[in-house]
Amino acid sequence: MSKTLIQLRGVSKSYTRAKQSIQVLDKLDLDIAEGEFLALMGPSGSGKTTLLNLIGGLDQPTTGSVNIDGTPIESLSSNRLAAWRARNVGFVFQFYNLMPVLTAERNVELPLLLTNLSAAQRKKNVAIALEVVGLSDRAHHKPKELSGGQEQRVAIARAIVSDPKILVCDEPTGDLDRKTADEILRLLQTLNTDYGKTIIMVTHDPKAAEYAKTQLHLDKGRLVEAAHA
Amino acid sequence: MKLFGLIWANLFRKKTRTLLTLLSLISAFLLFGLLQAVSNAFSAGADFVGASRLITQARVSFTQSLPMRQLTQIESVPGVAAVSFQQWFGGIYQDPRNFFAQFAVDPDRLFAVYPEWKLSDEEKQRFRTIKASAIVGSQLAKKFGWKVGDQVPLESTIWPTQDGNKTWTFEVAGIFGGIDADWESRANLMYLNFGYFDEERQFGRGGAGTFSIRLKDTDKASSVAAAIDSIFENSPDETKTQTEKDFNIGFFKQIGDIGLLVNYVLFAVFFTILLVVGNTMAQSVRERIPELAVMKTLGFTDFTVLMMVLSEAFLICALGALIGMGFAASLLVVASKSLQLPLAPGDATLWLQALATAFALSVAVGVLPAWRARTLKIVDALAGR
Repeated sequence: MSKTLIQLRGVSKSYTRAKQSIQVLDKLDLDIAEGEFLALMGPSGSGKTTLLNLIGGLDQPTTGSVNIDGTPIESLSSNRLAAWRARNVGFVFQFYNLMPVLTAERNVELPLLLTNLSAAQRKKNVAIALEVVGLSDRAHHKPKELSGGQEQRVAIARAIVSDPKILVCDEPTGDLDRKTADEILRLLQTLNTDYGKTIIMVTHDPKAAEYAKTQLHLDKGRLVEAAHA
Repeated sequence: MKLFGLIWANLFRKKTRTLLTLLSLISAFLLFGLLQAVSNAFSAGADFVGASRLITQARVSFTQSLPMRQLTQIESVPGVAAVSFQQWFGGIYQDPRNFFAQFAVDPDRLFAVYPEWKLSDEEKQRFRTIKASAIVGSQLAKKFGWKVGDQVPLESTIWPTQDGNKTWTFEVAGIFGGIDADWESRANLMYLNFGYFDEERQFGRGGAGTFSIRLKDTDKASSVAAAIDSIFENSPDETKTQTEKDFNIGFFKQIGDIGLLVNYVLFAVFFTILLVVGNTMAQSVRERIPELAVMKTLGFTDFTVLMMVLSEAFLICALGALIGMGFAASLLVVASKSLQLPLAPGDATLWLQALATAFALSVAVGVLPAWRARTLKIVDALAGR
């Protein structure tokens, strides 16, 4: 039995939009084991991305606690949370969010600029990450010179280059065709099985969710259903 | 330094926009370098002479002559070491563009008051004995290729000769230099033999434009000046005596307060640049809000993001300053050689002023976009809110 890596207790999140308070997550409890590959599904507005943001330390709950690998991240200051994210979480977005002015290798190097690694060590780590995603030959290309699938691979390389325990993926295949999406999902699966990354993936796509070990469904800020592969 | 590459890449993300902005900055700092050099040239002329000498002029205006009888009265004032007199000649050599200053002076008195000029005894003697003679500064001699014995015709804009002719011809009796590099660089004027000039001029005989007084003790400049002016108080030829530096400043102010004009022009230029660069920076940050959010997502702190944006602003302003000042320095070297003007390409202080201006400008244009970058919320920015 794997240990619990992510533990959410009584997590609620509400936003104020146009002077109206909107409850996005409602007293949610969730345990995610280390090495899990979890797909979060649900209709738009169900709170999937909000939950992902809380797990990734991008946002903080209105009430409740988010404990990740023993760290209660809801109590961290902005700067400490930033440092925590840099060490523990890799992010993959639907639209890749690469820096258009940087080459693939410089994009992948970005998280390492926050470390004390030497330039040579950074270069080595970048080369390994690009090799893992199968893009060593595209290291010097800028994002506009890459296909969507390749861009997402670069984004994944950027997410894993600092060797975080957790990968947070928000609709990682939402902008890709079926074939490319399957390649990306297989890559995520490899990272989960071969490299032990704990992956939490938000998706609308049931086929994408099938790649995960566990599927969770959210509706109106509550967990409604769980399925195991 | 690790982030320099990223800052540089971000700066040139829109090359045309950045280059145009850089061009505006270069133009502004080019103007800054050129105008400050002009302003410095004017004030340096005043600063250079210091306060070791006094100049006495007519109280009403320095264009009004003073009677020569005042010379001995001034000489008798305690604290006065030597007195010389000079009269502006206002001559043109071949072409009005060949402008240089000419003063009619007494050969012996000139060197008693201005020991900084160097001339051989032999040449001094020639200057004394040849009536229609002149001595020329080494820079001037170099410019026009004059040598001792040459005849130099000057068309006076003020003084006709006895027969109504305005063309005067002087023999070059000597070529004087300065006691050091500074004085040497200023040896670009001509002194005419006053005896001959006074004898030959049609009007104004027995008068001098100004008196120059060398002081025994520079600390007593104001008391000596007051003593001189008090002698001629309530006479038909009241005087105004001031240090040579103040006199020069007053002279230059006849054509306007150069320093003030330069400051007004530069203020207008930099205010416009502030708007141009400010707009560029604001636009640049606005269009990459999602990228900044991603950087924060990856672990860059609010402060790091703020500093990156400010660094971009400083980098473009500093680049503009260095290139603009570089161009200004090159142009000034060419201009000072071809125009024989004391336009220095700018000392370390001027370069530091330019960099300080660039820094102030970068803070002014960068602070709002940088603050916006610092305070942006990751989830809102990623969601495009």
